Amino acid sequence: MSDLAVGKTRPRRLNVPGLSAALPLAVLGILFFYPLALIIAQSFATGHGTPVFANYISVLGTALFRNALFHTITITLAASLGCIALGFTLSVVIAFVPFPGARLFARAIETFIALPTFLVALAFTFIYGSAGILNGAVMKLFGLTLPPIDFLYSAWGVILAEITVYTPFVMRPLLAAFSLIEASQIEVASILGAGWFRILRQIILPAALPALMAGGSLCLLLTTNEFGIVLFIGAKGVETLPLLVYDKAIQEFDYASACVLATINIALSLGLYALYRSALAWFSRAGLV
Amino acid sequence: MSSAAAQGLGPGEVAASSGADLASSTLAAKISVTPSGGGVAFEGVTVAYKGNTVLSDFTLTVRPGEIMAVIGPSGSGKTTVLRAIAGFVRPVSGRLCAGGRDVTDLPPRARGIGMVVQNYALFPHMRVADNVAFGLRARRAPEHTVRAEVEAALSMVGMSSFASRYPRELSGGQQQRVAIARALAIRPELLLLDEPLSALDAQIRQSMLEELARLHRSLPALTVLYVTHDQTEALTLADRIAILRDGKLVALGPSRELYQRPPNRFAAEFLGRANLLSVILDTPEAGEDNATVRFGATQLRARARAGIAASTSCLLCIRPHDLSLTAREPGANSLAARVREVRWKGELHDIALEAEGQALRLTTAPLRRPPEPGTMLSLYFSAADATLIPES
Repeated sequence: MSDLAVGKTRPRRLNVPGLSAALPLAVLGILFFYPLALIIAQSFATGHGTPVFANYISVLGTALFRNALFHTITITLAASLGCIALGFTLSVVIAFVPFPGARLFARAIETFIALPTFLVALAFTFIYGSAGILNGAVMKLFGLTLPPIDFLYSAWGVILAEITVYTPFVMRPLLAAFSLIEASQIEVASILGAGWFRILRQIILPAALPALMAGGSLCLLLTTNEFGIVLFIGAKGVETLPLLVYDKAIQEFDYASACVLATINIALSLGLYALYRSALAWFSRAGLV
Repeated sequence: MSSAAAQGLGPGEVAASSGADLASSTLAAKISVTPSGGGVAFEGVTVAYKGNTVLSDFTLTVRPGEIMAVIGPSGSGKTTVLRAIAGFVRPVSGRLCAGGRDVTDLPPRARGIGMVVQNYALFPHMRVADNVAFGLRARRAPEHTVRAEVEAALSMVGMSSFASRYPRELSGGQQQRVAIARALAIRPELLLLDEPLSALDAQIRQSMLEELARLHRSLPALTVLYVTHDQTEALTLADRIAILRDGKLVALGPSRELYQRPPNRFAAEFLGRANLLSVILDTPEAGEDNATVRFGATQLRARARAGIAASTSCLLCIRPHDLSLTAREPGANSLAARVREVRWKGELHDIALEAEGQALRLTTAPLRRPPEPGTMLSLYFSAADATLIPES
């Protein structure tokens, strides 16, 4: 009876050939591919008689670009590795070390995903900033005249803030993967004589590898394109590609250079994603995932 | 007095459970008197989860080389028995002994026990050989020893040619064999089997049951604690059976004896099918293993049981296959019953009857001309196949 009712209310499919594919493609084209094409086209736009790669040559030759590229890559890698290490550790503790409030703790960490990234940068300023709580307490305690903790306004501050913000992106898939590991596997491993480190290395880690890679690659992409944290922290001499795009486009009205930088940033993101897919395929062929 | 004794178990059946908690050394000594020292002892073990007692004052001794089946309905605590000896749950009281030593405070990895679980728990990313080698490598065995032991264990279960496969490439029965090989590769004195056949279909289950029996014949020193809800598995494989109910041991004994002479109603009904007729005990015949009971107006003879007073009401337990339509021996008990329903089940006929207002069931080899419902029949059974059990 209920099956019939469901059958009656099911929407009829339109039998127009190609329409089902054309519609989402059109939406994707308008919202994504067209603006992307405009940016790429703009990056190659030059005057008469000027080489087609003139914009690229002039941008790539600057120390500003090399500095931004260096900072983008180092901050991205350091923050992603930090997210993976912290996320894995916290997830293992939450999933496998029973303690009161573990579920609440996991939920609290998940709420970080919903927060805007600059909020953490702002909170860091209140805590670790030169006039923040920590510096104030230490100065008062030791009678200092200058704030002793000043890592926040360096690349380390940006990395720490990004780790704080993006660690939940590693934890979420990891916790889901851990929940699928049969407890009996861990129990059997332990009764066979394995200690916790062997169980972690040989049972838990291989089972969690796809989730770890998914979370890690997400962190790579997000930290590559991170803008809010870098802007809010305002670390001296720490300029990343997204921040440079902003400077060129909004402050200097140099749209051609901004588009070149944006295109390079996109290529960097896609390159990292391709690397992730290749690694996943390799692990899959090796039977590890 | 132990709870087991209080529940009417036979003398000597649960001898190890009587008395208060023993010192661990005494308990260990109790087991180590055996040559190989591979037995198991639970001494007044109580396990509770969040204040809810799931195993209560459990006392049981398993002799080295013995197969002990622990059976009971869902939630009876049988898996907890296994988890306690494996070290996955810590008893709130009582002591545990395995292989001649007190293991109550030892972590699972230090107990030297092999275990096979219901879903096999093979490591999916490891090949069969690596699965089997896992325990040996965890114990830091030299690689040449690992290779030899893996080959021996796989050969024992007939899986040598599958060594390089992944678990996902194996059938359920093959995975179970690998799980057994993995557990045996570390050469444990005690093997724990937690419903190992329940995920297999009926045909493979039967062949695996025979395989397990063969395996134990080739490893006679191996003590096996076999948890199952399947009475057939328990009766086929076990030397002795322990029956649990609501976290308590309610019956314990050699498989055949427990089946033929169940000590209480629960054991009679849980271990196989049983006709339980309300009767009045006339007189236990002094010096003999015989008693006379009244079933309505009919006088019947049965095996006596100590602890049931004369002229009191009790239950007469007769297995359906022990009832027959013709007298198998002179002087067999006879009672009249009316046929209510006849069911043909291929290899047998299952006949539902009624006698003196009480339901009865008889199973027999297929009949050429089965009786019609409503027919009055004479049923026969030997006094040796009829056991008295207390009514409560």
